[in-house]
Amino acid sequence: MRLAIVGAGDVGRSVADLAGEYGHEVVAIADSSGAAVDADGIDVERALERKAGGESVGTADPATLFETDYDVLVEATPTTLGDAEPGFTHVERALETDHHVVLANKGPVAERYEELRALEADSAGSIRFEATVGGAIPVLSTIEDCTPQAVTAARGVLNGTANFILTRMAAEGLDYEHVLAEAQDLGVAEADPTFDVDGTDAALKFVILANVLADGGFSLEDATVEGIQDIPGSALELAAEDGRTIRLIGEASREGVRVGPRLVPENGALAVTGTRNIVQLETKHAGSLHNSGRGAGGPETATAVLSDVGRLPSLEE
Amino acid sequence: MADVPESDEEEPETDGGVRAYTVRLELVDEPGELLRALEPISANGGNLLSIHHERGNITPRGHIPVEVDLESPPERFDGIVDALRDAGINVIQAGAEHYGEELSVVLVGDLVETDLSETLSRIEDEADAVVKDLSLAAPEGTNATASARLRLAIDSGRAERVFEAIRAVGTDKELTVVEPLVGGEA
Ligand SMILES: NC(=O)c1ccc[n+]([C@@H]2O[C@H](COP(=O)([O-])OP(=O)(O)OC[C@H]3O[C@@H](n4cnc5c(N)ncnc54)[C@H](OP(=O)(O)O)[C@@H]3O)[C@@H](O)[C@H]2O)c1
Repeated sequence: MRLAIVGAGDVGRSVADLAGEYGHEVVAIADSSGAAVDADGIDVERALERKAGGESVGTADPATLFETDYDVLVEATPTTLGDAEPGFTHVERALETDHHVVLANKGPVAERYEELRALEADSAGSIRFEATVGGAIPVLSTIEDCTPQAVTAARGVLNGTANFILTRMAAEGLDYEHVLAEAQDLGVAEADPTFDVDGTDAALKFVILANVLADGGFSLEDATVEGIQDIPGSALELAAEDGRTIRLIGEASREGVRVGPRLVPENGALAVTGTRNIVQLETKHAGSLHNSGRGAGGPETATAVLSDVGRLPSLEE
Repeated sequence: MADVPESDEEEPETDGGVRAYTVRLELVDEPGELLRALEPISANGGNLLSIHHERGNITPRGHIPVEVDLESPPERFDGIVDALRDAGINVIQAGAEHYGEELSVVLVGDLVETDLSETLSRIEDEADAVVKDLSLAAPEGTNATASARLRLAIDSGRAERVFEAIRAVGTDKELTVVEPLVGGEA
């Protein structure tokens, strides 16, 4: 497939870097100020070198990305809430011109799911978004394999930053502020970790899961969300005395979405440590399934994007 | 006659929750009498939890008092008592005397400032739960943020309603409530 990648952050750059290995060709990549576009395949190495040197990936106007011949738009611009722009317009533009879309950007799938599905219904292209939930962990494709009707609920840990903080607080008996600062030094937490620690990021992922299970109907405002900012070290200590620990747990079902700090057995499946993520799918006929692994990171997320690209049907020209 | 389960691991069929009951029986002091008394319980959907055989406490009529703790779906309990009486067992007392499930929650906030004992009694009243024990951790002194772990006894199958009530108390008093994750294979 010929890929047009919009967004050249950790994810977009890794997709460009790994595309060849997965048998795909990059015909365009854009960031916020420029683009590299070549219908015969761009020089990926050169575009990434430019970006690493602080320049834009290319000198072309970012809008020219949509004018080149491509099969799949890879949407990897920042996740935004509410109108989910600029991601939503990018997806709209690709679907209206009968192209496939693979998203890493959670915004459009969490906030405007029904509109996306309506655009898809009128398009020869289709959308996939495995990378939006749990990075490298195959969550949506597992649900697809089980068929969504056979999955009654999804629960688990889908924010590595919050999980890292809670793990360190429990292990070292340190307080939230202290561990957060440490996480920032290690690059595990961003300079502005708000969406990770207040539960928003995890909630977006569980909203997406609820949309997949119920075929739409949810956005962030339908979710009940609590963060971990108010959890002191002493709460983790008390939990540990009882063989438990506290994790930021999300739950999605056809009835709703909830994210908040919860007591879980210390040695239970959901008490993953560090930045690891886990999703437990509750199935109608087969008990629960657990998928765990790396929930974020450029190359990790890019593998999910490229697996999606591999699952797309070929477009009839 | 239904089979008598061989072990108490066999779960009674229920569609709702099960509830714990205590039944006090008076048995004739004869071999096999206890077994005869327990049969109607398991045969009617009850699950034996424990038996206190008070051999030292023979009644004036020469009977041995036995206290049996069992679990059953509420709608089947009357049937169990009837079956015991039908079998000629002397049932002295029967009823739900204790709670069937335990769960822990952690509360975080200005626990002392917001009157911890009042918080506990509101939880007992509004959630219909019994606080079995309390551990408090206030590393920065009682005027700062503290955490408390409560072990609550509740009726089986009522966890969701209990949590709702505790959440409401938490919201009122600006306390963070960390609930256990129930259900599923956590
Ligand atoms: N990182 C992860 O582990 C991960 C995992 C799962 C999902 N995601 C999602 O994947 C997306 C990308 O993540 P990331 O970590 O790569 O983000 P990032 O590092 O912030 O990169 C975002 C990229 O989008 C570009 N961009 C912004 N507005 C644009 C526009 N209007 N047109 C074209 N490009 C535009 C930015 O351009 P400049 O370079 O010019 O600023 C930047 O290159 C996000 O939605 C994120 O939530 C990320």
